[in-house]
Amino acid sequence: MRRHHRWNWNALAVVGLLAPILTLSAGGARGAIQDATPAASPVAVECPPDAAGAPEDGVVRVGVILPLSGTAATVGNDERAALELAVEFVNEDRAEVPLPLAAGAGLPTLDGAQVELVFADSQGQAEVGQSEATRLIEDENVVALFGAYNSAVTRTASTAAERAGIPFLNAESSSPDLTEQGYYWFFRTSPHDGTFSEGIYDFIESLNANQSAGLETVSLLYEDTDFGVNSAAALTEQAGTRGLTIAGEVRHATGASSLTAEVQALQQQAADVLIPSSYTTDAILTVQTARQLGYLPQMIVAQDAGYADPAFVEAVGADAEGIATRSAFSPDIFEVKPVAGQVNELYRAATGKDLYDVPARGLTGMLVLLDAINRACSTDPEAIHQALVDTNLGEADTIMPWTGVTFDDNQQNELGRGIIVQVQGGQYRTVFPPEFAVVEPVVPLAPWDQRP
Amino acid sequence: MDGDVLLQAIASGLLIGMVYALISVGLTLIFGLMEIVNFAHGEFLMLAMYAAFFGRSLVGLDPMLSLPATVGLLFLLGVLTYRGIISRILHAPMLAQIFATFGLGLFLRGLAQFFWSPDFRSVEAPFLAGLSGGGVEVGSVSLGVPQSAAALLAGLAFLALYLFIDRSRTGLALQAVAEDRATATLMGINSDRMFALGWGLGAACVGLAGAVLATFYYIYPSVGVVFALIAYITVALGGFGSVPGALVAGLLVGLVEVVSPTLFGFSPAYKYAVVFGFYLAVVLVRPQGLFGRF
Repeated sequence: MRRHHRWNWNALAVVGLLAPILTLSAGGARGAIQDATPAASPVAVECPPDAAGAPEDGVVRVGVILPLSGTAATVGNDERAALELAVEFVNEDRAEVPLPLAAGAGLPTLDGAQVELVFADSQGQAEVGQSEATRLIEDENVVALFGAYNSAVTRTASTAAERAGIPFLNAESSSPDLTEQGYYWFFRTSPHDGTFSEGIYDFIESLNANQSAGLETVSLLYEDTDFGVNSAAALTEQAGTRGLTIAGEVRHATGASSLTAEVQALQQQAADVLIPSSYTTDAILTVQTARQLGYLPQMIVAQDAGYADPAFVEAVGADAEGIATRSAFSPDIFEVKPVAGQVNELYRAATGKDLYDVPARGLTGMLVLLDAINRACSTDPEAIHQALVDTNLGEADTIMPWTGVTFDDNQQNELGRGIIVQVQGGQYRTVFPPEFAVVEPVVPLAPWDQRP
Repeated sequence: MDGDVLLQAIASGLLIGMVYALISVGLTLIFGLMEIVNFAHGEFLMLAMYAAFFGRSLVGLDPMLSLPATVGLLFLLGVLTYRGIISRILHAPMLAQIFATFGLGLFLRGLAQFFWSPDFRSVEAPFLAGLSGGGVEVGSVSLGVPQSAAALLAGLAFLALYLFIDRSRTGLALQAVAEDRATATLMGINSDRMFALGWGLGAACVGLAGAVLATFYYIYPSVGVVFALIAYITVALGGFGSVPGALVAGLLVGLVEVVSPTLFGFSPAYKYAVVFGFYLAVVLVRPQGLFGRF
């Protein structure tokens, strides 16, 4: 039995060692919106005579970090397809698409250089994102980094870019903190959760004003990484000025095996509105658990992420009906912006899915980055940085419901904004703000047992 | 503290605890038999959940009807894993054994993502959803029918497992091999077949768990990871190789996870920390786990 003894302890030690590897931590965040694209007739760029010009092999390599496996893999792979589409616009002559760089093949100022995306899988984990960022910079010779969806991963990956001195463009992480840490190389095209939180409260106010919803108290449910924690902080900070009372907040582990205790805590708080900030897996589990325990607030208005993922609606079916979420994109935009519909057709041909929030923001962000590299006339980091700073895209240049893209002093896009969509008839329909709304919001939520 | 809330938490904790126990028992069975930790255990669970999903989406079978097939398939998978991989590394260094199953797990996860996409799936379970509208009210406590059915099936599985291992000749032979392989062989027991049976049984248990879990949990390629960690802690808490240990430890983990935030009023964000703290407290007193033998 001596042998048994030793073996067992070895096994325990190994379990202990492997546990962190096995643990999924899909931290992350979700961003907002961005768009950039230009007019059918591209503005000619004047290059300075001393510009470094095209890379020797005629290929511009951009490193992209996304959660391609793990709990956020759906979103990560959907965004990957959108980024590949953006690069296709640039590399091939797609004059029929009225977006920047679509006409003509390659990057014009770099002798028609082709763009190549080098993808890396973060698994949604901050430490993996950081090591992949370093690998992309040191071994793959990328001229810029892009990504990384989960706010927690974006934070560590952008630190690697900051250290190496190359530009990092983020299009889909929403933690406000990211652009407030004073990084020189970090740019974000999507609005952050500070902006988004205002949108959520504007929506709740309009429900009270127009539909006498009587929503006064709020429960916050949020996941425990960068995204959730900072989203909750932004929501808490703004609640007071809106005359809303925070009844309580519940933090949950990301990728939980059960959320019973969490939903019970929410049930105790009995608030009028629930504002959750969670990724897809936890969003699904929250709604399923709420139904099982009979927890139903008058309204759920989510902070994007899992709740804006079509996979969420597919997984919970009728239980998603009536849930609203801030988002950056919805198919309704096709009616307002025909170019968005056109891009969607191409996206659907490639993936079989419709474009939604994160892929749309990703595509937009990638076009902003490539537009900047083109205007830089060079792959020199400093030149790209300056071109990003000088970015000035208008309303017609993007597929997003934004007025354009220009960066403020924190290198945060100032012209982005969010919309509120609500699941109606199994589809995300835009309900707010009024200029983009296509249907009236429905309030309150229908009882769980009275759904189609 | 509101008594109704506590009762609800206890009921929910016990229900999910039964599922944890059922997931863990396969792991502990294999370990008890041959001292190999199956690091692909979570992926076995994932495959069982997909089996329930495809049974519904391709053939239109209710997960409760496809359940025997799912359990059978997983039994087969367990036997094949033993024959194809484990039997070849029985005498290999421990690290080789660990990474064989760990690698198998990663491989299966990658395969699932490649063929079935990383999308989230959920299974319609019309039979369970139809029973009293999918929920039962017992006094002030609401219980989901799928969760209750899962707990009930897990209980039956434990009973069957106990009867098989403790009362049948084959079960006794299994125990003999676990106790002392060489002597059992001298007694005419074919240890190779017993190992294969052990892997089959272990995988079948997690297959049953996956089939019932699929009726109320979403399915995606990495879903096994969520439960694998809990299974390892459950097995370690209950005692490596102990079937009753897995049952008791599963229930304890479920209870601690759901009840402790309600009972002590701290944020549920710390519930896993409490579970692991509880485990640490137990191993300090009983390093072999609650029911461990050494």
